[in-house]
Amino acid sequence: MSDVDATEAPAPQQEFDALIDADSRIEPRDWMPEAYRTTLVRQIAQHAHSEIIGMQPEGEWITRAPSLQRKAILMAKVQDEAGHGLYLYSAAETLGASRDELLHLLHAGKQKYSSIFNYPTLSWADVGAIGWLVDGAAITNQVPLCRCSYGPYARAMVRICKEESFHQRQGFEILHTLTGGTPEQKAMAQDALDRWWYPSLAMFGPPDSDSTHSEQSMRWGIKRFSNDELRQKFVDMTVPQAEVLGLRIPDPALRWDEDSGHYRFSEPDWEEFWAVVKGRGPCNEQRMTHRRRAHDEGAWVREAATAYAAKRAAAASQPTASVA
Amino acid sequence: MSTGSDFQAEGGHGAIPTEGVPAREPGHSAAREWPLWEVFVRGRRGLSHVHAGSLRAPDAAMALRNARDVYTRRQEGVSIWVVPAAVITASSPDEKDSFFDPAGDKVYRHPTFYEIPAEVQHL
Ligand SMILES: [Fe+2]
Ligand SMILES: [Fe+2]
Repeated sequence: MSDVDATEAPAPQQEFDALIDADSRIEPRDWMPEAYRTTLVRQIAQHAHSEIIGMQPEGEWITRAPSLQRKAILMAKVQDEAGHGLYLYSAAETLGASRDELLHLLHAGKQKYSSIFNYPTLSWADVGAIGWLVDGAAITNQVPLCRCSYGPYARAMVRICKEESFHQRQGFEILHTLTGGTPEQKAMAQDALDRWWYPSLAMFGPPDSDSTHSEQSMRWGIKRFSNDELRQKFVDMTVPQAEVLGLRIPDPALRWDEDSGHYRFSEPDWEEFWAVVKGRGPCNEQRMTHRRRAHDEGAWVREAATAYAAKRAAAASQPTASVA
Repeated sequence: MSTGSDFQAEGGHGAIPTEGVPAREPGHSAAREWPLWEVFVRGRRGLSHVHAGSLRAPDAAMALRNARDVYTRRQEGVSIWVVPAAVITASSPDEKDSFFDPAGDKVYRHPTFYEIPAEVQHL
């Protein structure tokens, strides 16, 4: 019965395909096509890089947070992003990549991170806008990834999504507080929305008509929705929230379309998007310089911890002669 | 303007180019890396420790501290085990094989296998 199938594909490939077709999960020690492994390593690595680079724009505001409570909240959020990076580097390691190697690729500029983090945080309202819009867009991207076909990636995303919800709500609350404040505070919130709206829309990537290679990822259960579908979902969720804030989305073409049940909106400036991707964003240089410096300046800590562990291990393996 | 590039929205925190981006760095040595630890967390009293994830640390004490910071920031645990990944013996090279087959034809191990007259109570 299975003889006929056996001539079509080798048995491990058949098992892999069967698991994918059944919407089951692939686990680290399963056989998998090399291209599946490579695609996942690259995607998970760049996702991890985005989490840790993403600590920078908000980290700049920790010392300038308007109250002790806001400061504690912001530290907790930035620490979460470090944790997200760690979950994801761990997931990449289950595929055979090494953490050292991936960090090296980031520092060498060969692997990238999300372009959104190449924009500056000019005011306290930007911290709110990032939580509300940037983490909101991240949630829209990440929720479908909780059902990703690769088990360790999906499990990391479940943890991350739970934590992102706090990020988005604290961001919204910052803006809500500002919009309920003085005219200057409200203007500050509007200014942040004006600057972060289109970069947030661009987080979903180029229009479907321009991104040609996602079919394979769809087939593999790594990608579940197209860039445009995710962007639409995000806009539909966000516009009513802006109304609650009393803020104006900086898009004169924005309107509710009764027929489709969706908002119609303007595309981001894709020329700008590509320029930022290619390294010409306002903060690309700054983010990379800071990341490399943090890594280099932490070298002595890593070395000291290694030396201490080696010394303790050596002492433990000595016969317990009288020490004193 | 460049188009047609492979962009995955599922970069998570945003779309990131994948075309022309290497996944690995052949020949890069990971010799200096700290050992890998598997982390198990007991959610609350009365529950077993459950695998939460993994991390790298130079020794057991640091692994525990890092595990606390990475996996229990929201009171997800009352107890943590860290185990060097290298000492774990696993059942099989993949997640399904004949190792588990012997259990497949022993339905009589389940209570539902047995037919009991309907009038019998508490059985
Ligand atoms: Fe995150
Ligand atoms: Fe976040």
